[in-house]
Amino acid sequence: MKEIYLDNNATTRCYPQVVEAMLPYFSEKYGNASSMHTFGGQNRHAVETARAQMAALINAEHADEIIFTSCATESNDSVLFSVAESFPQKKHIITSAVEHPAVLEPCHVLESRGWRVDYIRVDAQGRFDLDELKSLIDGDTALVSVMWANNETGTIFPVAEIAKIAHAHGALFHTDAVQAAGKIAIDVQAADVDFLSVSAHKFHGPKGIGALYVRRGTRFVPYLVGGHQEKRRRAGTENVPYIVGIGKAAELAQKRLTDGSMQKIAALRDKLEKGIVAAIPDVKINGDVQNRVPNTTNISFGYIEGESILMYLNDFGICASSGSACTSGSLEPSHVLRAMKVPFQFAHGSIRFSLSDENTEAEIDTVLKELPPIIERLRKISPFSKENA
Amino acid sequence: MWDYTDKVMDHFKNPRNVGSIPNADGTGQVGSLVCGDALRLTLKVNKETEVIEDAKFETFGCASAIASSSMLTEMAKGKTLDEAARITNQDIADELGNLPPEKMHCSVMGMEALEAAIKSYRQGGKPVVFEQQEEKLVCRCFNVSEEAIIKAIRLNHLTTVEDVTHFTKAGGACGRCKGDIQKILDKVNGAKAEEQPVQKPFGELTIVEKIKAVEKVLEEEIRPKLNMDGGSAELIDLSGNVVKIRLVGMCSGCMNAQATIKNFIEKTLQEKLDATITVEQA
Repeated sequence: MKEIYLDNNATTRCYPQVVEAMLPYFSEKYGNASSMHTFGGQNRHAVETARAQMAALINAEHADEIIFTSCATESNDSVLFSVAESFPQKKHIITSAVEHPAVLEPCHVLESRGWRVDYIRVDAQGRFDLDELKSLIDGDTALVSVMWANNETGTIFPVAEIAKIAHAHGALFHTDAVQAAGKIAIDVQAADVDFLSVSAHKFHGPKGIGALYVRRGTRFVPYLVGGHQEKRRRAGTENVPYIVGIGKAAELAQKRLTDGSMQKIAALRDKLEKGIVAAIPDVKINGDVQNRVPNTTNISFGYIEGESILMYLNDFGICASSGSACTSGSLEPSHVLRAMKVPFQFAHGSIRFSLSDENTEAEIDTVLKELPPIIERLRKISPFSKENA
Repeated sequence: MWDYTDKVMDHFKNPRNVGSIPNADGTGQVGSLVCGDALRLTLKVNKETEVIEDAKFETFGCASAIASSSMLTEMAKGKTLDEAARITNQDIADELGNLPPEKMHCSVMGMEALEAAIKSYRQGGKPVVFEQQEEKLVCRCFNVSEEAIIKAIRLNHLTTVEDVTHFTKAGGACGRCKGDIQKILDKVNGAKAEEQPVQKPFGELTIVEKIKAVEKVLEEEIRPKLNMDGGSAELIDLSGNVVKIRLVGMCSGCMNAQATIKNFIEKTLQEKLDATITVEQA
C-alpha cells in the first residue's frame, strides 16, 4: 500500500534531486572544505554555492549572513543564548505562547537564570496580540522572538510589524521560520529581521541540517566553539553533503514558490477541508483561515480522541498528526490549541493534515471517502456527544 | 508510534461489548473530556448469584483506552462481583499482552470504572462516578488521590515518579506534585528517612555557618523542586532567624509565590534547620 503522506509539517520527503546532489560528497568528494589542498578545498565552492542558494530563499542581502547548523533547534538555541550573553544589562525577552518547544524551552532555561520572559497570547483563531506586545515591551527587552508561521495551525504571524515594534524599543527580532520557509515568500530585508531559523527537512531537504540567518552587524556569540568554521560563528567541520542538500532544497523550494505549486497545494488543502466540513458534523477548523500557509489545515473532531483517529487512518496508509494528549505522551493536549482556548472536547480530537506538492486529487478523495466512517465509528464508542459533553 | 501488541490492536479495531445496557444494574464512570480519556461501564448482574451476566462500555480515548475497556468487559463477564472486584489494572494489561508504560493509566481507568460499577450495584444501581478522595488529592491537574497513587505503587511495584505518572497520570501536567509523589513512594517503599546529624541550634551558628546551612538546604531540597517548574530561589540576606529569599525564573511571577515562600521554603528550612526560622520574600 502506497502511503498518503499528509504530515509534511512533521517532515517532508527529501527530493531525489537533492539526494543526487548530495551523493558525490560522501565517498567521492569527501575532502574537508577547510583543507589547503585542492581535493578538500574545492568543496568550499560547494558550501558557498549552497550558502548563496539558502540566502536567496529568504532574500538575505549577503550570503555570509547564513550560518549552517545541525537543525533549527540549534539555530533557535544559538539565538536565545547568544542574546542572553550579548546583552547582560538587559533581562527581558518576549516570545509567543504558541512557539515550538525549541524556542519555549530555552526561554524556560533563561528564566531559571533570572531572565523575565513574557509569552504573548493569541486569540481563538491563533492570531498574535500586537497590543499586548506593545504593552509589555520596554527598554529592558533584549529580544522579541516570534515564529513566522505556526506549525500546528499554519497561522502566519505579522513578523514585519512585530520587528518594527521590537526595533522601536531597541530590541532585536528573531523569527523561527521553520514552517514558513518554502511555503510562503520570505524576505528578511523587507521584514527587517535580525535572526531567522530554518530547517532543511521541512522543505524537502535532508534531516540533520538547518540554517541561521544573522543580519550583518548583529551581536552574536557562538553556541558551538572549537574551530574557525562559519567565520568562527559555528565550530565543527562543515557537513558538506548536507550543506549541499539544504542548498539544493532551497533552490527547488524557491522555484516552487512561483511555479503554481503553492496554488495547487492550497486548492487540495481547501478541497480536503471543505469535504470534511461537508461530510462530518461537529468539526471545527483551528487557526486563522484567512491567513495561513497554503499546505496546513488543523481540524478538530468533537467528542473523540486524536490518536484513535490516526490509528484508523494508518490502516489506509494515511499519515497525519494530532494535537491530542495521547500522541504527545505529555498527557495534556497541544499547548497551541490550549493557548487558543479550544474547548477540551475539541482539543483532544484535533488532526493536522499538512500537504506537499506531491499530493494528488485522488489521495484527497481517498481521505474524504475513508475518514467519515472512522469518525462515526469512534463516536459510537464515545460516551460523549453534543448532548452530554 | 506506540508499540501496541496485536491484541491491543484487535480490541481497539474490533471492540467487544460497545454500548450501554438499558436499565443497568450497575453503572460506573471515570475520567472526563478534560482529562482526555473517559469510560462509562454498565453491568447486568444476576441478583441471585451476583454473576455479571453482561457488561458494556463507552470510551473516549486513545487506542489503548478503548482496548483496555473492551478487554475489561470480556474479563468481567461471567465473574461474580467478588471475583470481578479482584481484577487489577495489571490483569487487564496482562490479558492485552501488555501496554506501553506511558499507557498503563488506561488499564487503571478500567479497574476504577469496574470498582465504581460494583459500588453502583451495591448502592441500588444509581450511576457512580469514580471519585478520588478530595481531601487527599495529590495531583490537582488530573484529580489523583494519595490512595490511588498508593494502590498503583503497591499493585505494580512502582519505584519512580515517572512510573507513577505513567500509571496514574499524577504529575503529568504542571508537575507541581512530583515532590509529594516522591514522598509517597518513599513511604510505601519503606525508604528510610535520612538520619539527621545532631545539629547545633540555628541561633548558635556563626553567620557564615548559617549561610552555608541555608544554602545547603536550598540546593538539596528546595531548588530541585522549583527547577521542575522552571524556577529557582536565591538567598539574599540573613538576620537572626529571619531568612530573606528571592524567587527567580518561573517562580518570580507566580501567583503562588507567597505560598511557595511560606508553605514550602520556610517549612523545609524549619524542618531541616530550626523551627523558629521565618522566611521573607526579598
